[in-house]
Amino acid sequence: MIGIANGAVLALVALGYTLVYGIIELINFAHGDLFMLGSFVALTVVGSLGFTAFGATGGTPAWLAILIALVASAVFCGVLNVLIERIAYRRLRHAPRLAPLISAIGVSFILLTAGLYWKGPSPQNFPNLIPDFDILRDVFGMTTIVQFNLKEIFVIATAIPLMVVVTLFIKRTKMGKAMRAVAQDREMAGMVGIDVNKVISFTFLLGGMLAGAAGLIFGLFNENTSFNLGFSAGLKAFTAAVLGGIGNVTGAMLGGFLLGILASLTVFYIDARWEQVVVFSVLVLILVFRPRGLLGEEV
Amino acid sequence: MSVVEAAAGPQDRRPGRERRLVTYLVVLAVLVAMPLVARELGVSFLSSPKLIPIALFIVLALGLNVVVGFAGLLDLGYAAFFAIGAYTVGFLTSSSSFLPYHELNFWVAMLIAALVAGIFGVILGAPTLRLRGDYLAIMTLGFGEIVPLVIKNTPNVTHGILGIAPIGTPEIDLLGIQFRWGIDSTPWYYLVLAVGALSIFLTGRLRGARIGRAWAAMREDEVAAASMGVNLVNTKLFAFALGASFSGFAGAIWAGYLQQISPEQFDFSVSIFVLCMIILGGIGNIWGVVLGGVILGSFDRILAELINNGIRSIASATGSEFLRELDVVKAKGFILGVALVVMMNVRPEGIFPSGRRKAELHAGEESVALEHQSQETLFDKQK
Repeated sequence: MIGIANGAVLALVALGYTLVYGIIELINFAHGDLFMLGSFVALTVVGSLGFTAFGATGGTPAWLAILIALVASAVFCGVLNVLIERIAYRRLRHAPRLAPLISAIGVSFILLTAGLYWKGPSPQNFPNLIPDFDILRDVFGMTTIVQFNLKEIFVIATAIPLMVVVTLFIKRTKMGKAMRAVAQDREMAGMVGIDVNKVISFTFLLGGMLAGAAGLIFGLFNENTSFNLGFSAGLKAFTAAVLGGIGNVTGAMLGGFLLGILASLTVFYIDARWEQVVVFSVLVLILVFRPRGLLGEEV
Repeated sequence: MSVVEAAAGPQDRRPGRERRLVTYLVVLAVLVAMPLVARELGVSFLSSPKLIPIALFIVLALGLNVVVGFAGLLDLGYAAFFAIGAYTVGFLTSSSSFLPYHELNFWVAMLIAALVAGIFGVILGAPTLRLRGDYLAIMTLGFGEIVPLVIKNTPNVTHGILGIAPIGTPEIDLLGIQFRWGIDSTPWYYLVLAVGALSIFLTGRLRGARIGRAWAAMREDEVAAASMGVNLVNTKLFAFALGASFSGFAGAIWAGYLQQISPEQFDFSVSIFVLCMIILGGIGNIWGVVLGGVILGSFDRILAELINNGIRSIASATGSEFLRELDVVKAKGFILGVALVVMMNVRPEGIFPSGRRKAELHAGEESVALEHQSQETLFDKQK
């Protein structure tokens, strides 16, 4: 279950990678750090609201605090991501592929330092908004190996609707259709009257919002966050996106869940220290043997 | 960017070999004299302990320039090979090594280190070089992360985060001259300087050689290069392995100089730092890379501290709280990041570019301009 919950967070971040890659073929290196900043915004908002735990009275109720923080971090990251695209990537759209990638690495460093200045080098604790509560154990009185923790259920219950909304958005709405068109052929889309810049900005907005939401969920689930979280989280999420087939929205979600489960199995059966090594090895193996990912590349 | 101009080669544009040779000799003499003068004058920021890391990172940048600048392959895990080189020397010469025989001559160990790093380059490169450029970048990044992690997680072999110490030192015993590199850092500076000069010479020769021209052709257009008979995989692999062995070589010297190596010396920021040197100075241009290395290296090791001290003294003079809080050393990452973004957007070819790379990096803009033109004429006709 921990694996699935972690996987859900990964899937949200991976969606951001895959959307951006699908549309302008850029590995948005700064995405992981955006996710980190999202968790910082969420922490600040939650901390400043003054909340009470479930069941208690007075102050802002926990669910409201979570909702406000979710909106705040999503909006913050979305807008920031649009600004990043404007400043750092837009002019490089016709440059050789490596130029925007290097620019993205630069942005990642800037965000990392911003996080370092904002909250300092030590890990930050999140308030425990959601009680530790095992449904099977505490409600039904059963002892099982697989636990259904309230926290994990919260993560899944927040992440999956978000993913469903994103998928429906891309499949059903006019903007979603425009995004798919731009991903297929930017020039052609421009010729039939689609405002390509607007669509790309919107894609960054969407990806950024998902990263912000994921930041909040991650913080609440793991109860802490740290300025250097972004790098490894970003790589994991990128691996997830590649695993599912980069540019493929369903693939990113599948990859996120698979990788989350794999990572927690590694922690359980081998050692937490080897988790990252396993994740990277998966990345290497996929790229070598099936570079198109499990579900292939498409949007 | 015409083919004829490119084929004419760099020789034709040389202003005269003698004058260049004199310039080189003067620069070399200044570099040789620098630590001695600094010691006499008591200028601590030009002493050899400050200069060695800068010079060694320039050697690293020259090696990475072969991969990124010449062959056009983005390698984000360059520090991994640096680590492999350093640890190879550590295993072969340190008394705390796990190997039964660990008293190998340093020079031999250094060559083996370069070889081992090169072999790792081939092992990593062989399956991955077929991939697209940005996938390769991520793969090398993953490799660069794995290597320090593996070193950390296998304490039986590598002593984990404690690292390996002490490490053997090089010595010369030739024609009655005996010399041993030890605690005094000035001889180490000269060693690094010699290696740096050799690297500049070697990479300069390589660029003009058959393989260098193959790299340039491949970088500009893989399909065209392949149809002209360039074996893409072997050519890329050679660039990758060569870059890796440069890094391993530098790692060996680094280990010998520091006498103590541990995994956190080789993390991602090292790879990025070296990459920044190349980008800042001018991708593909050897002297540009050296210049970028001097700028960034001196900023990292010397200037940041000087500026910080300056700000501190201003802060205490004016009593400004804001200035006292401002820490340039802490903001290093920020400055690097801004430098990368600004360079890519404003001048992607670097301060001191290679003419050919500049043409490539601006090629997109030209074709876009052409596209606009052709579209306009099309519409005009329709009207």
